[in-house]
Parts: sequence; structure tokens; C-alpha cells
Amino acid sequence: MDLDKLQQKLMAAAKAAVPGDHVPYAFEKRIMARLTAPVKVDEWALCGRWLWRAVAPCASVMTALGVWVVVTMHNEPEPQNLEQAIENTIMSGDDVAGE
Amino acid sequence: MEPSDTELIAAVRKGDVSQFEPLIARYQPRVFATARRYARREDEVQDIVQEVFIKAFQKLDSFRAEAPFEHWLMRMTVRTCYDFLRSHQRNRETTLTDLSDPEVDWLERFAASPEDTSNNSDATKALIDRVMAQLSPEARLVITLLEIEDRTVKEIAELTGWSVPLVKVRAFRARAQMKKILETLTREKYL
Repeated sequence: MDLDKLQQKLMAAAKAAVPGDHVPYAFEKRIMARLTAPVKVDEWALCGRWLWRAVAPCASVMTALGVWVVVTMHNEPEPQNLEQAIENTIMSGDDVAGE
Repeated sequence: MEPSDTELIAAVRKGDVSQFEPLIARYQPRVFATARRYARREDEVQDIVQEVFIKAFQKLDSFRAEAPFEHWLMRMTVRTCYDFLRSHQRNRETTLTDLSDPEVDWLERFAASPEDTSNNSDATKALIDRVMAQLSPEARLVITLLEIEDRTVKEIAELTGWSVPLVKVRAFRARAQMKKILETLTREKYL
């Protein structure tokens, strides 16, 4: 099939089919009603928008805190064994009271 | 005597919103005709027209009266139609495989005798709609403006806000895309 010819034929048909310019009854009134209608504030949408804006800063703070916790955990000296760790934990209260 | 566009625009800018209504009434037939080239359903056409006039009202302060109001409005119309095509490109309903019987008949008659096939039948229109619906938004806009409305590259550049070289590139790609669609369409039926 001659595709160029087919394309020409379809384009010629599209040119011949001029779209109508009829307008629905009182369409301009409908637009004017939209333009002059008082603006309603949607509080829920506004609240939602602010919450979405807060997502990025909250996520970055959470990530920073997560990183900080991980880093400080690795810097603390590891207790030698469980017995030592329990003793340290129990005695730490006495150390604080003694100070 | 009816007030001119300039007088009506000046009145709207001063705060008399009601003077925008005669402007809508004056230009809505043209905006409707343009929107009907890009949207098939009448409710979609009405949405486009409404959006065009609301945008025009909101941006009226940016109208500098260097060119006629109609040109400015038509630029806005074409850009709104393009936005419509882009937002609806994922919901293309038509496919190339479900051709109706009249469309298949028309293609068969065309294959047998290209010269004698009429180009103003309903089947032709349905085929055009089908092919146009398969094009990308850019390609459809360029093909409509360049091939169907016979506009120049410079006019298209002004209407769309694209540069002249970009319009040329997009026109080249649009023609290639259309040829590919026609190839697919005919391959499925005739090979």
C-alpha cells in the first residue's frame, strides 16, 4: 500500500472536515459565574499542602538523627562481656549519686 | 456601536469584570472550533474553552496590545490544548487493532484503487481520529497546525512558544511518527 498517498488522503480529509464553531447556550454566562464566584478556602487542602511541605525537612532531620545515633554508638567502647556490662550499668547509678 | 476589544479590556482592567463577557461572546466560537480539533468529547471541549477564558482573565494584565487580542487569545488556546493533550496522553482509548468494519472497507478500497476512494466519508474521519490519537502530543499539535490548518513554521513557533528550529525538528519527527502508525495500521491488515 502506498503510505504517502494514504497519508495525503487522510490529511486532505482532515482539512475538509472543519470543526464546528457552535457554542452551547449561555456558555459565556457559565464562565462569568466562575470568574465572579467568591473564592472558597479549602482548609483541609491548605493543611494537607503544609503537611506535604513539612515532609522533606522532617525526613532530613530524621535521617540526620539516625546517622548521628549510629555514629555515636560505634564510638562507644564495647564492654568486654555481659557480666562487665551489667556491672557497669548498675554501678553507673552509684557514680552519679557519688558525684 | 459595539465597544472595541481595547475598550473592553481597559474596562476589565479598571475593575469592571462584567465587560469580560462581551469578549467571551465575541471569541468563543473560534476557541470552540480550535478546541474541537484536539478533544473529541464535548465535555472535554467545554473544559478547554472554560480554562482558556479563565486564564485569559487572570493574565489580562500581561496583554500588551502590541498584537490583536485575538492573536493573544489563540496563543493561549493552542497552549491550553497542548496541555490537554499532554495530560490525556495516557488515556488514549483507541488502538490500531480494533478497526470498525467501515474503516476496514475504506482501507481495502484504498488499497485496490487509491484514486477512487472518497475522502469525506465517516470512515475516513474515524481513521483520522484513530491515527491522530496515537500521535504524541507534540506530533499531534504540529501535524494539526502544519498539515491540517496550513500554518507556516513561523506561525506555529509564535502560537506554541517553541523556537523555529524546534518546530522544524518536531514536524520532521511528527511526520515520521505518523508514517510509522500508518505502517502498523496497514501491516496488521494487509501483511
